[in-house]
Amino acid sequence: MVPTFVGITLIGFLIMRLAPGDPAELRAAGGLGAAAGGGISVEKRGAVDEAMAQWRAQFGLDKSLHVQYAVWMKNLLTLSFGESFKDNQSVWGKIAERLPVTVRLNSWSILVVYLVAIPLGIYSATHPNSFADQVSTLTAFILFAVPLVWAATMALVFICGGDFYYLFPPGGLESLDFSDDWSVWKKIKDHAWHLFLPVVLLSYDGFAGLSRYMRASMLEVLRQDYVQVARAKGLAERVVVYKHVLRNSLIPQVTILASILPGLIGGSIIIETIFSIPGLGQLGYESVLARDYPTVMALFTVSAVLTLIGILVSDILLSVVDPRIVFGRRLQ
Amino acid sequence: MSRNESSPASFESAEFETATVAVESAGGLWSDVWRRFKRNPIALTGFYVVSILAFMALFADFLANDIPYYSVYKGKSYFPIFRSYVVGVKLGRWPAELLNVDFKKLEGAKSIFPPIPYRPSSISLLEPLEPPSAKHWFGTDKLGRDIMAGMIHGSRISLSIGFVAVGIAVVIGIILGAIAGYFGAWVDLVISRVFEIMLSIPTFFLLITVAALLPPSIFLTMAIIGMTSWVGIARFTRNEFLRIRNLDYVTSAIALGVTDRKVMFKHILPNALAPVIVSVVLGIAGAILVESALSFLGIGVPAELVTWGSILHEASGATFAWWLAVFPGAAIFLTVLAYYLVGEGLREVLDPRLRGLR
Repeated sequence: MVPTFVGITLIGFLIMRLAPGDPAELRAAGGLGAAAGGGISVEKRGAVDEAMAQWRAQFGLDKSLHVQYAVWMKNLLTLSFGESFKDNQSVWGKIAERLPVTVRLNSWSILVVYLVAIPLGIYSATHPNSFADQVSTLTAFILFAVPLVWAATMALVFICGGDFYYLFPPGGLESLDFSDDWSVWKKIKDHAWHLFLPVVLLSYDGFAGLSRYMRASMLEVLRQDYVQVARAKGLAERVVVYKHVLRNSLIPQVTILASILPGLIGGSIIIETIFSIPGLGQLGYESVLARDYPTVMALFTVSAVLTLIGILVSDILLSVVDPRIVFGRRLQ
Repeated sequence: MSRNESSPASFESAEFETATVAVESAGGLWSDVWRRFKRNPIALTGFYVVSILAFMALFADFLANDIPYYSVYKGKSYFPIFRSYVVGVKLGRWPAELLNVDFKKLEGAKSIFPPIPYRPSSISLLEPLEPPSAKHWFGTDKLGRDIMAGMIHGSRISLSIGFVAVGIAVVIGIILGAIAGYFGAWVDLVISRVFEIMLSIPTFFLLITVAALLPPSIFLTMAIIGMTSWVGIARFTRNEFLRIRNLDYVTSAIALGVTDRKVMFKHILPNALAPVIVSVVLGIAGAILVESALSFLGIGVPAELVTWGSILHEASGATFAWWLAVFPGAAIFLTVLAYYLVGEGLREVLDPRLRGLR
């Protein structure tokens, strides 16, 4: 896990620093604005160069690459991501402000993915080739091919105000007139109304995929001898399915948790940008466009950590669902 | 495909397999694959959709263009579209009287125009954001550009992603997977670690970072997509190599002193390709989805280039213009669906054991 983490940060770091385009140059150009367009005098150019050098020194950009990485790693150990190039604010502060939003969005999505996919998969597997099974297979297949950007844009055009229906808000996390005086119920309703579309859009791809996995793994378990034995000794079908088959067919689904996380992070960037939700995804998009290296690097690290936590959680869950799996000692 | 890998469907098909293997011709296997693929009408539909797309991409200039196929002007006849190709490769020049003229306003000229008489770049500021009409089948965008023309030319990008992005992914994936699977031991351990890193990396974030840092270019973007999407192919290749490496025929090839490279790419690779091909086809669909998201976000694609994703993006800024959302999105969706159908069809034909993997 630690080598993986170091590898991820190293890749991110190298890409950002080796890419063409000097953040100091960019900053200088941004600050000078129109003056640069008219061509600036030699003395002014000198002053700009000096300011740029000073600024590079402030952010440690004048040191060699490996030193920069070492400094960055050292800061990371003290949970400091440095200051943003854009506004000199602490990056950690920016992230701390937005992290809860993204975590909330993604936790709901994961919950929806599993709550929809598992029952659907169980039903499909216990009624193979029935009409409902075929419909859900087809739906899952089609949902897989629906581009997220299209689904989001269609929602924005047709059901979020616009010229058609106004069923959901076109963006944000709470209504404009949101106030603390509202009753708890009203607050919850407002939040749910705003979160509904983003969560559905973030999760449709996931539950389409997962329900197929669930069906496949359940069918596989249903075919095994011990299930036949359970049926032969006269157990009720409900007991066979929910007590004996379900647990074994859940094992692969747990490992999938780790693999849907990077997808969710990518999805968050798109959804948060489209629905102007102030989360990490939106921050990431804005920072990338502004070449705010410390912020981009920090977000990269945070999402890598989130993914690694996902892997860890799914490993732990794995040993809960399947007691045969023991970590620390290798079977084989 | 070796015999023990073929489908245990029926006795006759098993006989047929044996026969083709005995002939030892690569064409034999693939014509058999095609014969069985054809039997699946759904997969075949997907294949036809992809073919139509390829046709559209290839002949985009003849389907949507603001210059005519054929034109009679001042008693002389011209073939302006062909001429534009000739000029494009610097083999000829425009005649002086036709240089930079607007054929639609040319007086006294009789011209035959393509079905969509616009180019994606033809700006017409007098008719911005027009809904679909007989004149503009799919409407226009805020600069008055014809959406249908933009979509026809955009199919070129969709198609080239398949070649460029997935081509790069295939090369990286097969080479790394082959090395890991063939040499095993610590080589496998190291490369598998790299796979692990690539799998837990937030790929899309990495992608927009790189694409935003580099100068906007559609081919660079495709290359980046390729460089971040090879893990699936690499893992399939590695697993196949691990399995095939221990088969007797490989052992005997090694014992005969065949070089490692030859054993890997001449003896093992052809037998390992079947499951890899499925993931390649599905990879094309994935790359198209990623590209649409990138051009939607306006990252990595030059601003003046019209892609399906960039048309979609305009819809998010002008939500009353439903035609900007419906048509390009449907095009991406149908293309991706078609590739999925082909991939599924191939999966059934090539390897019946693979189920539920994506």
